[in-house]
Amino acid sequence: MILLRLAAIAVLGFLIAPMVVVIAMSFSATEVLRFPPTGLSTRWYEALAADPRWLLAARNSVLVAGAVTALATVLGTLAALGLHLGRFRGKAVLAAVFAMPIVTPYIVTAASMFLAFSAIGIAGGFVGLVLAHTVIAVPFVVLTVAAALRTFDANLLRAAASLGAPPATAFRRVVVPAILPGIAAGAIFAFATSLDEFVITLFMAGPGQFTLPRQMYAAVREYLSPTILAAATLLFLASTLFLLASEALRLRAARRAR
Amino acid sequence: MSDTLVRFTGVSKSYDGATQVVADLHLDIRRGEFLTLLGPSGSGKTTTLMMLAGFEEPSAGAIEIAGRAVQKLPPHRRDIGVVFQSYALFPHMTVAGNLAFPLQVRGVGKAEISERVKAALELVRLPNFADRRPGQLSGGQQQRVALARALIFRPELVLMDEPLGALDKQLREELQGEIRQLHRRLGVTIVYVTHDQSEALTMSDRIAVFEGGRIRQLGTPAELYDAPADPFVAGFIGENNRLEGVMEEGGTVRLWDGTRVRTAAEVPAGTPVLLSLRPEHITLDASAAGNLARVRVEEVVYLGDHSRVRVAFAGGSLVAKVTRGQFSGVMGAEVGIGFATTDLRVFVRNTT
Repeated sequence: MILLRLAAIAVLGFLIAPMVVVIAMSFSATEVLRFPPTGLSTRWYEALAADPRWLLAARNSVLVAGAVTALATVLGTLAALGLHLGRFRGKAVLAAVFAMPIVTPYIVTAASMFLAFSAIGIAGGFVGLVLAHTVIAVPFVVLTVAAALRTFDANLLRAAASLGAPPATAFRRVVVPAILPGIAAGAIFAFATSLDEFVITLFMAGPGQFTLPRQMYAAVREYLSPTILAAATLLFLASTLFLLASEALRLRAARRAR
Repeated sequence: MSDTLVRFTGVSKSYDGATQVVADLHLDIRRGEFLTLLGPSGSGKTTTLMMLAGFEEPSAGAIEIAGRAVQKLPPHRRDIGVVFQSYALFPHMTVAGNLAFPLQVRGVGKAEISERVKAALELVRLPNFADRRPGQLSGGQQQRVALARALIFRPELVLMDEPLGALDKQLREELQGEIRQLHRRLGVTIVYVTHDQSEALTMSDRIAVFEGGRIRQLGTPAELYDAPADPFVAGFIGENNRLEGVMEEGGTVRLWDGTRVRTAAEVPAGTPVLLSLRPEHITLDASAAGNLARVRVEEVVYLGDHSRVRVAFAGGSLVAKVTRGQFSGVMGAEVGIGFATTDLRVFVRNTT
C-alpha cells in the first residue's frame, strides 16, 4: 500500500517536474537558461507579446482551433446521436471507425492526409489544416457526447413525440439541453486538441502558416531563449484550464443525472 | 358517428421475424371507455400500447384511430397523450415549462398557454408547483404533472404504461382514484397497461387479458371475475383453488384421489377437466346446498375483516375466505364445508 503510494507520487513527480522547471525558468531575468533561474522578471512574456511572429502564430492557432471546434462539435454530436439512437447492423464497427484517429499514429494520419489533400489541392492552407485537425478532434466529441447520452432517458424523446414535437424540435428542446455538458466538454477537447497539435500541422500547414506549436518548434531550432518557455507556460496554462472546465462540466452533468 | 375510436385489425409484431410478441390482434376500443390491457410481463400488452402510440411499427395488420389508418403516421402527428412509468418529465424545464411544451409546439398563444397551464395544475391539485423542477418533486407529484401534461393538449385518447408501477401502495391507490375521476370528468378514452389485476379490476370499464401475445379474454371486470373464459384468466384475475379431475356422467367430476364433486357443467364423460373455485364461494357452516364435506382445518390466517382458512381436501388443500364472525374453528379442528355446484367453474383440460 505504501509502496503503491510512493510509486504514484514518483510517477506524478516525473510527469510534473519538467513543467515546473519550465514555468520557473520562464520568469528568469537573464537570457541564460538555468534552473533555478537567476532573478525574477516577466520580460520574456513582454517579448512574446511584442513579437509579431508569436502573435501571428497565436492568431492562427485560435482561428484554426475555433473553426475545428465548431466543425468537430457538430459532426461529433450528430455521429454520437446516430450511434446511440440508430438500430442497424455494423454499429459497433462504425463506433470503432469513429474512434480510430485516436489510436492511429499521428504521423500516419498526417502523411496519408497530406497525400490525399494534395491530390485534391487543399493541402497547405487554412481549409486543409482545419479539416485535418477536425478528423482527430471528432473522436473526442463523439466519446464525450456518447457518455452524456448514456444517462439520457430515451423515454424523454418518446414523451416529446407524443406531445406533438417533430424530431427536430424534440432534438433542439429536449435532447440538446440534456446533453449540453457533454457537448461542451467535447468542444473543449476539440479546441485543446487543435491548439496542441503539431505533427499534422507540420505536414498540412502552408509555408507561412505558423501555429503556436509550430512557431515554438521553429524558435527552438533557431535560438533557445526563455521566450519559448513563456509560450510553453501559457499553452500549459490554457490546457490546464480546459481540463478543469471539462471536468467541472462532467461533475455537473453527473450531479444533474441523479 | 361510430362509437369505436380505435380498431386493431390483424396486428402482429415481431422483432426477429420468428417470435411474435403480438400475434394477430383484433381489438375495438370504444370512445370514452377506460380499457385496461392486463397481463404478465412479456404478454404483448406494452408492445400493443407502443404500437398505438406510434413508437413501434406493426409487422402486419392495421391500426385505425377514428376511422383513419395510422400505422405509418409518426407519433408526433397522432395527438395521443402518453403517460410513462418513469414519468418522462423534461428535467431541465420547470413544471410549467413541461406543461407548456405540447401547447408551444402547437403554436398556442402565450396568454392561452399560461391560462391552460394554471388550469391543468389545478386539475391535478398542484396549483403552487409551476416553478418547481421535476427533480424537486416526489414520485406521486411527478406523475401528477405527467398526467396533466398528457391531458393539457386535449387529446381524445390517452395511453398509460404502468403509470403507478413506481409508487408505493398507498400513493398508488390514491392516484388510481384520481385517474378514475379525471376519466369521468374529461370523458377521454384511456388505454391503461398494468400487470396488477386488482388495479385493473378497480379502474377499468373493460379489461383485455393478454397472454403470449394474444387476448385471452375481453370483458368487464365482473365478466372476467365471474365467468373467466379459460384457466389462465381464472388464475390471473382474483384468487382461486384449482382441482384436477375427469368428467363422469351427470356433471359429476372424479378428482384424482377419487373424491367426487358435482358441477353444473355439461361436458362429455371421460373429458379431463380443471375445476376452479373462488375462496369466497366456500362456506364453512356446511348448510350450503351442493357439495358438502367434512374436512380438517390446516391453517387459519386472521386478516381483520375476514379470515383465510386452509383445509385439507382431495389429497391437497382448499383456501376459503370467511367473513369475520362466521367461523370460529381452530387449527386441527374438523369442520364441514360446502360450495354450490354453480360456483365451480369447469375448464376442459388440454392433455397435450
